[in-house]
Amino acid sequence: MAIVFQKTKGLTDKPTHYCPGCTHGIIHRLVAEVMEEMDLLENAIGVAPVGCSVLAYDYFNVDMHEAAHGRAPAVATGIKRVHPENFVFTYQGDGDLASIGTAEIVHAAHRGEKFTTIFVNNAIYGMTGGQMAPTTLIGQKTTTSPYGRDEATTGKPIKMSELLATIDGAKFVERVAVNNPANIRKAKKAIKEAFKVQLEGKGFGIVEVLSTCPTNWGLTPVEAMKWLEKDMMPYYPLGNFRKPEEVE
Amino acid sequence: MDERLIIAGFGGQGVMAMGQLLTYSGMIEGKNVSWLPSYGPEMRGGTANCNVTISSEPVGSPVVIESTTAVVLNLPSLDKFESSVVPGGNLMINSSLIEKKAERDDINVYYIPANEIANEIGNTRIANMVMLGAYIEITGAIKIESVYEAFGKVFGETKAHLLPINKDALKRGAEVVREQMKVNA
Amino acid sequence: MTKVLMKGNEAVGAAAIAAGCHYFFGYPITPQSEVPEYMSRELPKVGGAYVQAESEVAAINMVYGAAGSGARVMTSSSSPGIALKQEGISYCAGAELPCVIVDMMRGGPGLGTIQPAQGDYFLATRGGGNGDYRLIVLAPADVQELVDLVMEGFDLADLYRTPVMILGDGMIGQMMEPVEFRYQPRTDLPDKDWATRGKGKGKQRNVINSLYLQAEELEKHNHKLQAKYAKIRENEKKVEEYNVEGADLVITAYGTTSRIAKTAITKLEKEGYKVGMIRPISLYPFPNEAFEKIGENCKGVLTVEMSTGQMIDDVKISLQGRIPTYFHGRSGGMVPEPEEIVEKVKEILGGDR
Repeated sequence: MAIVFQKTKGLTDKPTHYCPGCTHGIIHRLVAEVMEEMDLLENAIGVAPVGCSVLAYDYFNVDMHEAAHGRAPAVATGIKRVHPENFVFTYQGDGDLASIGTAEIVHAAHRGEKFTTIFVNNAIYGMTGGQMAPTTLIGQKTTTSPYGRDEATTGKPIKMSELLATIDGAKFVERVAVNNPANIRKAKKAIKEAFKVQLEGKGFGIVEVLSTCPTNWGLTPVEAMKWLEKDMMPYYPLGNFRKPEEVE
Repeated sequence: MDERLIIAGFGGQGVMAMGQLLTYSGMIEGKNVSWLPSYGPEMRGGTANCNVTISSEPVGSPVVIESTTAVVLNLPSLDKFESSVVPGGNLMINSSLIEKKAERDDINVYYIPANEIANEIGNTRIANMVMLGAYIEITGAIKIESVYEAFGKVFGETKAHLLPINKDALKRGAEVVREQMKVNA
Repeated sequence: MTKVLMKGNEAVGAAAIAAGCHYFFGYPITPQSEVPEYMSRELPKVGGAYVQAESEVAAINMVYGAAGSGARVMTSSSSPGIALKQEGISYCAGAELPCVIVDMMRGGPGLGTIQPAQGDYFLATRGGGNGDYRLIVLAPADVQELVDLVMEGFDLADLYRTPVMILGDGMIGQMMEPVEFRYQPRTDLPDKDWATRGKGKGKQRNVINSLYLQAEELEKHNHKLQAKYAKIRENEKKVEEYNVEGADLVITAYGTTSRIAKTAITKLEKEGYKVGMIRPISLYPFPNEAFEKIGENCKGVLTVEMSTGQMIDDVKISLQGRIPTYFHGRSGGMVPEPEEIVEKVKEILGGDR
């Protein structure tokens, strides 16, 4: 019998701890599939963050580091400087990357570090129980913005891709979403292109993935997908912000 | 022997380099040595000083509080370090920039017009070497040949062409204190 | 090998490179900036990498990544910067990553001063970071010992898979003394088969991690760390003793302060006082046995520090109340003078000599 589908070798057999309807699982699979397709599994070294994907080191079937909160880009810098021939990536959430780790991500991009970051933006702190993130939308209720995020006291949601695209060392910056099959295919393509930028030694690359958090948003998985489309995507427009000419 | 020096002046007068040359020379001669600089904001255009120990015994505290010789290249340094000299020790004053005389009479005081001599030789920046030449003449703590050897180590190959003019400065410094040594003796 | 005259901070860099450290992640801060300056100049010549991090926090996390990748790696800073590194140091201890961290201490608390001090003793020996961990802490008293301990530090780090801290101060970092480099690597160092290098074909993958969500697992891990620290206490104590036996009074001091104490002891001996000295070289593990050997006739143990009194806690623990303890300290960047110590000893001993 012909095999028509197989689970990627880029993921371990360990069942993930993610909530039902969470899109981390899809994003893990995309990253793992691309690594497998590009023959990177034996060579890759990944860095897991602190947040919902803290246990990513149990799921990606490659050598992994678990970093302190926000410091994954610094840890990846250390790894890549020692092993410039290895493929190095970080996998970070929005609390990790857009709040406590802004200095690390900005300066890794600024130095043009040759690794790739997968940035999962679900507009909330998931692991700690649904607190406000810098990416939380105006009016969005969280456990630390119980009356809805107020622009006057907490500012507007931070747009990391737009910010990082202003930095010359960031050679590939794209925002994608995993809300429907078409966008999932686009997300996979963006991840592949970002990996290629690293492998060709061009510099830093980041793919921001808009993701859902039904548990902490207080929505069903289907409602969460709709909220992502209706509320998140208008504020966080999808698309490429930077790429080297050769990749276009 | 136990030579404990304080060398002090403005930043840029070469007090650190003078101390390093002396320290390196002592090391070349197999003595125990240490060099301790003042550091921080005072380095940037303010006063600078370093402590040098050259000893036949292992160096204990590298901090020189009681100096066997104080070399002062500007007035604030004279005011600050005259009291540090042990009775019978040496106070070497750069008389080109310091008009004031020493107040103590229990130490040997030398007045060296270091900047004038350096200018005569053709480079005002080697006033420190004039003082170094004078120091070696006064104390005999190290051989002048050791300074020649240390010169390349401290300043690097690119400054090797400056050795002749520095030798000149060392010699002139030695000459200028010879007369004063007779008086002090 | 011939001696060269080197500044303490530059000697740190030269010693590290001689010991095979090709990676340095740092951030400028007085009085240790000559270390990153030296490394930025010299590491490219040996095919290594120097990265000026955006902060001390980032620097220590780069160390975490490089150490986890199997490389010999170092970072250096001075007190306020070392405070910032505590997060990463705790992670390195938890993930059992070998690395060398140099602290050229300056006065504190807060921004404090750039002048030398020894106020980081607690931070270094008790762990400034979170959790049940210890560092090997080595305190050199001169530039040659600084070089030797940096080199040995890399071996100890690899041998025990643990971070090693070199605890100096602004004085030893800034001063110049003759040094020679005579590194002989240990031959009993284990392979770093736990490091991430890409898992390769058919091999078990490696994970560098300090997270144990199951309490039972973390307790087991902590016991493993404690067993390692017990072994370190058994094997790695370093101390210099001088005339302790029969001394009327023993002075104890570490690092540059011990040199000032030595000068004071020389003065006291000339006046007929019988004063010995214990100089802990390893602050963790603390050489408590040296204090246990002090005879009952000794009238006191005087701890001298450039702090308001930190190592004296370990001295008291070691003496267990057997002998009276005294303290003389200067802080805020003030360096004690030998004469102060002489006076203090005379005050304690009265006319006894």
